Amino acid sequence: MFSARVSQRTLRLFKSPGRRFQSSAPEPPPAGGHLPSVATSALLRTTRDSALRSQGISWTDGDNDGPPGSVIAGRETRRMNLYQAVRDAMSIALMKDDSAVVFGEDVAFGGVFRCTMGLAEEFGRERVFNTPLTEQGIAGFGIGLASMGHTAIAEIQFADYIFPAFDQIVNEAAKHRFRSGGQYDVGSLTIRCPTMSVGHGGLYHSQSPEGYFMGASGLKIVIPRSPVQAKGLLLSSIRDPNPVIFMEPKILYRSAIEQVPIDDYHLPLGRAEILTPGSDLTLLTWGTPVYHCEAAVHLLSNPPPNLAPHVPASIRNAKIELIDLRTILPWDVETVTESVKKTGRLVIVHEASMTGGVGGEIAAEVQRRCFLKLEAPVRRVAGWDTPVPMQYEKFHIPDALRVLDAMIETLTY
Amino acid sequence: MASLARIRPHLPRRLPIAVRGLQTSADTTQLTEDAHHSKPFTVRLHDDSFRGHLTDTPSLEVEVSKDELLGMYKTMNLMRRMEQAADALYKQKLIRGFCHLAIGQEAVSVGLEAGITPQDSVITAYRCHPFAVLRGGTIKGVIGELLGRQCGMSHGKGGSMHIFTKSFFGGNGIVGAQVPVGAGIALAAKYSGKPIATYAMYGDGASNQGQVFEAFNMAKLWDLPCVFVCENNKYGMGTSAERSSSNTEYFTRGDKIPGIQANGMDIIAVKQAVKFTRDWVTSGKGPILLEFVTYRYGGHSMSDPGTTYRTREEIQRMRSTQDPIRGLQRYIEEWGLASEEDLKKLDKEAKTEVDHAVEEAKASPVPSDQDLWKDVYYKGTAPPFLRGREREEVHYY
Repeated sequence: MFSARVSQRTLRLFKSPGRRFQSSAPEPPPAGGHLPSVATSALLRTTRDSALRSQGISWTDGDNDGPPGSVIAGRETRRMNLYQAVRDAMSIALMKDDSAVVFGEDVAFGGVFRCTMGLAEEFGRERVFNTPLTEQGIAGFGIGLASMGHTAIAEIQFADYIFPAFDQIVNEAAKHRFRSGGQYDVGSLTIRCPTMSVGHGGLYHSQSPEGYFMGASGLKIVIPRSPVQAKGLLLSSIRDPNPVIFMEPKILYRSAIEQVPIDDYHLPLGRAEILTPGSDLTLLTWGTPVYHCEAAVHLLSNPPPNLAPHVPASIRNAKIELIDLRTILPWDVETVTESVKKTGRLVIVHEASMTGGVGGEIAAEVQRRCFLKLEAPVRRVAGWDTPVPMQYEKFHIPDALRVLDAMIETLTY
Repeated sequence: MASLARIRPHLPRRLPIAVRGLQTSADTTQLTEDAHHSKPFTVRLHDDSFRGHLTDTPSLEVEVSKDELLGMYKTMNLMRRMEQAADALYKQKLIRGFCHLAIGQEAVSVGLEAGITPQDSVITAYRCHPFAVLRGGTIKGVIGELLGRQCGMSHGKGGSMHIFTKSFFGGNGIVGAQVPVGAGIALAAKYSGKPIATYAMYGDGASNQGQVFEAFNMAKLWDLPCVFVCENNKYGMGTSAERSSSNTEYFTRGDKIPGIQANGMDIIAVKQAVKFTRDWVTSGKGPILLEFVTYRYGGHSMSDPGTTYRTREEIQRMRSTQDPIRGLQRYIEEWGLASEEDLKKLDKEAKTEVDHAVEEAKASPVPSDQDLWKDVYYKGTAPPFLRGREREEVHYY
């Protein structure tokens, strides 16, 4: 079912690659949205048992009203999409920590993506409140709040709007501990923002700015791929003693649905997760492209007739190791390099442009650490080096075909 | 709605309260002499059409002419029809992405254009479609841009928030970011020594952006010929002015910069305020703030129904009692300048013109593949190449 859907879509695109550019006729969006592979992804944990056994999960039942930390029996899950999981995490943070506050543009009545729906009613308007349209101010305000020991959970409405706050984040938040000689820190600051492409966001609503923060030592950058991940990683981020930028892939808010444990739990920051183990090629990504990569792996092993001539039979049995990086800064060098030492090949996929993107940093480190083990040059699949173009957005972001192409090139090098 | 506004009896509008607020009705201007058909005549604005901060207010006596008023009427209708067409195209999913409409705020854009010269500069935020047309663009160009077609004013590569003309500096998507840019444009005008005014526009929401105050400071420091226009439609996205601003008297927020607050629903008052501020900045007195109190009927953008943070009754009341187009219609009819039928004809012409532009825009092709690589850098200064999908697709300049 899954691969059939993917291949039909891929076939359509492949048959007439120029059709969309030349046609002036109005064309409705694809029936399943622009990312049809998410709904049927095998990576999503749609059963209680698989959700409760998420890799690296740790239960934080300090209040004794749940079963002891390591026990799964008796724990429950609920079907949630990504924005509901984010809301659930913030609800737990607000409930367990009296000093926690949530603020941002329009968050008091739910926020544009509904992530804070009902929180103001539940916890009061003193703790969940709207700010003026002041990104610089929101970041600065959150830094002040956090430096006084409060748990500050700020929302920047779109990651694209984070640039006015860049100075506050990079110069104030990231450096607070260092420049005060350890006297002050803003570790309790978490800035949430929706990121990545939505299919039709264009220049200012589809960017992936994680790379801009790579050099800001002192910060952590986290990007979840699914509801279970979002809840655990967000709770970890809120409680991490460093300022964290938590970027939520906005196209997954509604399309990624999992059974999410209702208890309080953490997932580790700074740790990548191996989604499917393999021995021939390491496919490293984070956020939305995780699902494009999953589709590409299927295409490689089982190409539809139109693609088959381009996929040599010799590599169709290749075992691909798919890794979700999850924490972008500081990134999990160990897991990635261990994998590459085993496979000898690395393809990195991200939505941000290639130049200056996170992939470059990873590729540089991997070639240094795994130079003698590499069988092919590290290959990056990324957005083009243009602004995110409204009319070309579907072509701007890496899709399954581009990932497939990169894997073929790397495997046959 | 129109008929309701017209049959409303002449009640004394001013209430004897201690602090007089600004009058925001669209139809309180009175004739002071008989209206002429062929030569200009004088009308008197409502006493509370303006408020001043550190300055006198503009004169309430305004000279208007029949042609001018009819022209304004038609243009306002054109702007509303265009925005309505965009709304419809968006709902048909022909326009994608982000789209902010100015329905209800027509008196500000059309009145501003009536009070300035083609040489003056305007820069605004994302609610920019009317300004783009009035400043030398076309309806086809705007609709084409929204549709992402080659005939769009940015060749289909920008979209709703990114439209420019020679004297209109956009169309800016980041809240407040255009205000310091406006101050820079004003500096350039001052440097040129020409009597050019710059209108840097922002909303009540953006007025809380730090960089707006940074721009104020620079403008006053250097006495720039800049009018900072706060288009106060009472809601910054979904948060009302009262909930977001410690001081909602936006015309007083310029520190040492004087300010005027004006009725943004009466186009005659808008034009008068614009002329006053234009004279102010071009006579070397430095910057001035100008707040238009107006109202948007729709949501903040197409994804906001606009009814979660305000009541339907409030919107309905504004539409039925303070609509800028109906207000002007009432002047024209009451002053005997044209009949209801004449105005209906103008309205119909406007609709036809917009329909025609929409059809033309729809027929225009989407941008070509090669356009993707254009305009990333200035022509001739581009890097040797930009990467494409395949090795063969790498674009070499």
